Amino acid sequence: MDKLLVILRNLDAEADFENCVTLIDGGILDSFDIISIIAAIDEEFGITVPAEEIIPENFNSAKALYEMIQRLDEE
Amino acid sequence: MVFTTYEFLILLVVAAVLYYTLPRSFQWKLLLAASAVFYAYSGLDNLIYLAVTIISVYLATRRMDDLLAEQARGLAADIPGENAKAYRAAIKRRRRRLMVLCLVLNLGILVVIKYTAFAVQGADAVFHVLAKPEDLGFFRFALPLGLSFYTFQSVSYVIDSYRAKKAGYVERNPFKLALFISFFPQMVQGPISRFGDLKQTLFERHAADADAISAGALRVFFGFFKKLVIADRLMPVIRALTAPGDEFAGAYVLLTALVYAVTLYCDFTGGIDVTIGTARIFGVKLAENFDRPFYSKSVAEYWRRWHITMGTWFRDYIFYPLSASKPMIRLIKPARRLLGDHIGKRLPVYIATMVTWFATGLWHGAAWNFIVWGVLNGAVILISQELTPLYGKFRSKLRLGDGKVYGAFEIFRTFWLMSLIRVFDVYADVPRTLRMFGTIFTDFGAGKLIANGIAPLGLSLADIVLAAVSLAAMIIAGAVSRSKPGSFNSVTFRVSLCAVLALAVIVFGKYGLGYDARQFIYNQF
Repeated sequence: MDKLLVILRNLDAEADFENCVTLIDGGILDSFDIISIIAAIDEEFGITVPAEEIIPENFNSAKALYEMIQRLDEE
Repeated sequence: MVFTTYEFLILLVVAAVLYYTLPRSFQWKLLLAASAVFYAYSGLDNLIYLAVTIISVYLATRRMDDLLAEQARGLAADIPGENAKAYRAAIKRRRRRLMVLCLVLNLGILVVIKYTAFAVQGADAVFHVLAKPEDLGFFRFALPLGLSFYTFQSVSYVIDSYRAKKAGYVERNPFKLALFISFFPQMVQGPISRFGDLKQTLFERHAADADAISAGALRVFFGFFKKLVIADRLMPVIRALTAPGDEFAGAYVLLTALVYAVTLYCDFTGGIDVTIGTARIFGVKLAENFDRPFYSKSVAEYWRRWHITMGTWFRDYIFYPLSASKPMIRLIKPARRLLGDHIGKRLPVYIATMVTWFATGLWHGAAWNFIVWGVLNGAVILISQELTPLYGKFRSKLRLGDGKVYGAFEIFRTFWLMSLIRVFDVYADVPRTLRMFGTIFTDFGAGKLIANGIAPLGLSLADIVLAAVSLAAMIIAGAVSRSKPGSFNSVTFRVSLCAVLALAVIVFGKYGLGYDARQFIYNQF
């Protein structure tokens, strides 16, 4: 989770990634950020995020993102 | 069949009466029969293309679903560790082959019918492949009604079926699938629905509900009003101002852009109102396709509010699959080294945005003006994105804050930016569009516009007043329904409004119902 929070803070140092649950719905992350996160996940975790996983439910919070990473790792 | 015909109204009334009088188990079957009648009316030949799409999509997705069920059974039979991974990968490959085959067939039909003549024309310009220019006619195929829309809806269904994690997503009744692909209110100009969103509302049984029926009818009549009283009344202005000869240059180009923005909005949203209202009469809730787009503060926001279902289709099936693809993600590292951190990490989004907008332009029509229009939209979105920090500085320097004045400026800027990009659609000829656009700067001629008055518009003063009053009524009705959501809830009030709108359409409709020489602008896409 810490590794993921570092990735997110690199995008925006001021956003409250630990508590925010509307990163997409609230317009905090845009398509540039989403692709940057996917690239960082590929680099840091060695996990490819397929296009069908790019839905608000998976990107709205750090927790949801982390759960997606864990699920993809298990698959 | 075109919405603005007596035949459509007869089909709607007969289908609605039968829908609520026959046993409810027949309801979706009746909608399928009505869709077949609607479609067959535009030519029986077209049914062949539709049948090929339905049958191929049915067979491919059903097999994909069977493979998922087979996988679940296989894994339940305790295939250990690494073998399970390999087994899953093998099933995935087989499912992907089916998806690709089905997409190639259906997109192939779309490409051959819609783009062959355009491709041959391009090849002829370079290699002179045609013996004489008239030979191009051989490569022009009649476009089946709604081909672009039902193909896109089918493509989304096939991809979603492939993406499904468990068996059971796919519709195993071929006739229900046929209804999803061919549901008559939406097949000619969208909205482009997703199976997951539509299946319940489309196939469930509906009791006759005065609230839903009256709301649907009001939306249908409001749509006819927008199309026949406003859009069709203003269309001659566009034709007059864009007549060959480039007579109406400079300030007239801005006027053309303005009138076209209003005309296209009333034409397209009018058609969508008829679509959503018709579905609502049958108790079916379709996705909204517009959210007050002319109030957008940026081009990117505009495209989240105009033809919403098309935008999300391109986002989900082209933009994200491309920008998040392995080669694109792997491109970031070397791009950062070569182009710097800022541009390097954004490169996949730049490329995917331009490809997506190129495809969006091409989808609208096989012509250079649509391609240029699409690419321009993509470029403006990216440039705006890059300029956002600059806008912020400009705002804080001038102490404009987030106030209403700056918001109004952003809305004004976006409206005119979009209206000017849309000019490529109006003149339908790239060199001519550029030439006419240039005259705004070289030969504005505001005096000529004022001196000529309304004479060049091809409309009488009464027509102009009527269009203005109708537009005002449309804007006020929208504002009232938003600020006081319950204002149109009374069934009696809705029925009275339907009568008023019907009368307005009969008396003031530019051509009146039954005139079907002109279709909705979006039907041609």
